Amino acid sequence: MDHPIKRDHARFRKIIKGKIRDNLRKYVSQGEMPIPKGNGQFKVPMPQIDTPRFRFGDKSQGGSGQGEGQPGDSVDGQPGEGQPGQGEAGEGEGNKELEVDLSLDELAHILGEELALPKIEPKGKKNMQSTVDKYTSIGTVGPDSLKHYKRTYKEALKRQISMGTYNPKNPIIVPIKSDMRYRSSTSKIEFENSAVVIYMMDVSGSMGDEQKEIVRTESFWINLWLKSQYKDIEIRYIIHDASAKEVDEDTFFRTRESGGTLISSALKLCRDIIKSDYNSDEWNIYPFHFSDGDNWSTEDTKLCLDILDNEIIPHSNVFCYGQVESRYGSGQFYKDLAARYGEENDNVILSKIKNKDAILESIKDFLGKGN
Amino acid sequence: MERTKPITGELRELRDEVEGYAREFGLTYFPVVFEVCDYDTVCILAAQGGFPTRYPHWRFGMDYDQLSKGNTYGFQKIYELVINTDPCYAYLLSSNRFVDQKLVMAHVYGHADFFYNNAWFKSTNKKMMDVMANHGTKIRRYMDRIGQDKVENFIDIILSFENLLDTNVLFLDPSYQVREGVVEEDDEEFDKRSSVLRSFMNSKLDKRNAPVAKKVEDDESTLKSIDKKVRGTRDIMKFLMDYAPITEWQADIIGILREEAYYFLPQRMTKIMNEGWASYWHSKILTERALRDSEVIDFADVHSGVMAMSPKSINPYKIGVELFRDIEYRWNTGKFGKDYLECTNLFEKENWNKETNLGREKIFEVRRSHNDITFIDEFFTEEFCQRQKLFTYKFNPRTGRNEIDSRDFKEIKTKLLSQLTNFGSPIIEVESANFQNRGELLLRHVHQGVDLDINYASQTMANVHKVWKRPVSIVTVVEDVEHVYSFDGKEFKQVNLKL
Repeated sequence: MDHPIKRDHARFRKIIKGKIRDNLRKYVSQGEMPIPKGNGQFKVPMPQIDTPRFRFGDKSQGGSGQGEGQPGDSVDGQPGEGQPGQGEAGEGEGNKELEVDLSLDELAHILGEELALPKIEPKGKKNMQSTVDKYTSIGTVGPDSLKHYKRTYKEALKRQISMGTYNPKNPIIVPIKSDMRYRSSTSKIEFENSAVVIYMMDVSGSMGDEQKEIVRTESFWINLWLKSQYKDIEIRYIIHDASAKEVDEDTFFRTRESGGTLISSALKLCRDIIKSDYNSDEWNIYPFHFSDGDNWSTEDTKLCLDILDNEIIPHSNVFCYGQVESRYGSGQFYKDLAARYGEENDNVILSKIKNKDAILESIKDFLGKGN
Repeated sequence: MERTKPITGELRELRDEVEGYAREFGLTYFPVVFEVCDYDTVCILAAQGGFPTRYPHWRFGMDYDQLSKGNTYGFQKIYELVINTDPCYAYLLSSNRFVDQKLVMAHVYGHADFFYNNAWFKSTNKKMMDVMANHGTKIRRYMDRIGQDKVENFIDIILSFENLLDTNVLFLDPSYQVREGVVEEDDEEFDKRSSVLRSFMNSKLDKRNAPVAKKVEDDESTLKSIDKKVRGTRDIMKFLMDYAPITEWQADIIGILREEAYYFLPQRMTKIMNEGWASYWHSKILTERALRDSEVIDFADVHSGVMAMSPKSINPYKIGVELFRDIEYRWNTGKFGKDYLECTNLFEKENWNKETNLGREKIFEVRRSHNDITFIDEFFTEEFCQRQKLFTYKFNPRTGRNEIDSRDFKEIKTKLLSQLTNFGSPIIEVESANFQNRGELLLRHVHQGVDLDINYASQTMANVHKVWKRPVSIVTVVEDVEHVYSFDGKEFKQVNLKL
């Protein structure tokens, strides 16, 4: 049996998850993102939940320390240089941060619950088949390791009662060979859903750091949700100003280019990627485009709509356009898209992201339809 | 599944050897039982304050989570764990090297001697292992009956007052730390007596256990007499347990938590001495007796890690062991008393040696009768302060950093003492249990130079209110001006009151 502390631990995890849910809005809008740890776990920083007590104010108090230095020298030093002896923290030793590990599913579950996101229904035949053995039925032959004791016992009991050899006063049940029951498997065909997310971001001069931060945060949470919904997911990144190129994740969020904006360049590249790598019969395709809405010319916008209509939207589950408000952007592209597809369209979702506080709403816009 | 195992084989031989040295040096203690366990178990035990069985509460789970992570990431390691009981249980980590076990054993005998001899530990219950297990059973039973959430939430509230203790209680009769047994089962769902009979019997119950709120209506003079009785009490947990309008199981839980808080109190009051004493003995026993040539480097490595100084806090191990060594040196050379203190010749003073050789005797005496405050107050000298390169630091709002403030001896000593006063917690007293003649509670923070953290105070007050169920106020000093803060169940605000 597990030590009872595991139950305390489970209680603690439950409380923590509640706190994360309560603070989700804050996490999202302040860009305090869970840090992926590489093994499917995420590290969520949060202030330690301590019991409120009467205690001394921190800063006015100061303290005493030991070591070299002149008055006026900083003592803050490198964090984590504590005493390696016994790790018992004294009171007033400053704020310790609690690090909480959550799995992707747990995090996605919290997000889904907070935003009331529906489960995504994979479209049409966009499935890959695989056979899975599931132990759901009972057989009369099998290896001992799969013996079903309860069912075996029941069979033996039935047999003994019907044969009149069962004595309630001395209830001994002896199963014989024909009573044995085993768990047995049936092969099932499962549909594996795979999806690809193609992010496109406008990195022209008008997209500042704040705008990129918003895109970064938003795409993190979108990825999180989609990853929890699809077994298999690929993510591609495209940046563009007047020309587009495919980049890795790191570059995607860090690059700052300048210059003009030709949105069509990104859409063209997106189209090419879909064409060459993702057969839309097998893949659920999610193109996301983030921009401040400034396009170089109406000419180019026309070209964009063309590509969207004929080559991207027909292949995609949904095309998402997020417009990040910036001081320089005119926001014209949103209007153009809205004029063409309307605010309510099953295949095109448009969302305006005013500032960091609006991220969560925008995520809901994108994912709230479940397609 | 047994998680700990008694020591066998070479560890047992080692124990016998180390114990031999401990006796040779004159350490005295309850029998020490060493057990071996793996790291996970040490984390569990450490999270539970050293005890194998505690009541269920999420915070043990939190501590366990942090401790086991600390180990996984490699920035923290628990070396030793010893608890103040008879026999004294100590845990050895199975993965430790032989030389580590040697060090830990010697260290543990130091702690065991301290637990056994120090005056502040005299009233602690040496059968705490059983008491903790009983508390676990009791609280689990309440949880089964009343609901886990309800009970756990109440424990959360009461833990807010865990530091509102009166150190003098340690010197009263030990039974004073324990709540007298009242009928354990007394809640309504399980009471088979008729309601009429029950209310009749309740009215006959001892007045002490009856809720105060009721008395407000029917007996004002009682309230006044309570008020007189509790004025100035610092044992806030006992006060709430006796006089707050709470049910029997709630009072019982306060009693349980209070008993455990008092059990741990002496350890909080003697952290520096206790660790210093144990470190003094592990280094003495190892360097003078137990260490083999091949182990010297490993020992030095571990020992220096434990003694590492930090610019932001005082390492109790380091200060403690250095102070004990300093005392021993001073009493060996006669550097104490009137003659020495009044000597004005610096050269003479520096080379003072009367060969009094009272050092060993003196440190044994000190470990018997002092706690951290008196220890620092009496033996923390200017020479020592300079030698240890101590300083005070302060937060500089201009640079946003903590900066070294002063290396002045007096200031450092004052700061150290103020950090240790009342085991580092603010002193809170009951000023009135019938404040404004309305059955409200008025607390007073006995201000000794450092302000309260008002944010924390407001949340704590909210918790007091949940138990007292009437408005709660506190008198405190903020930036040199006396203020009264009040929580009436809805909001926390500063009020202007003529007291």
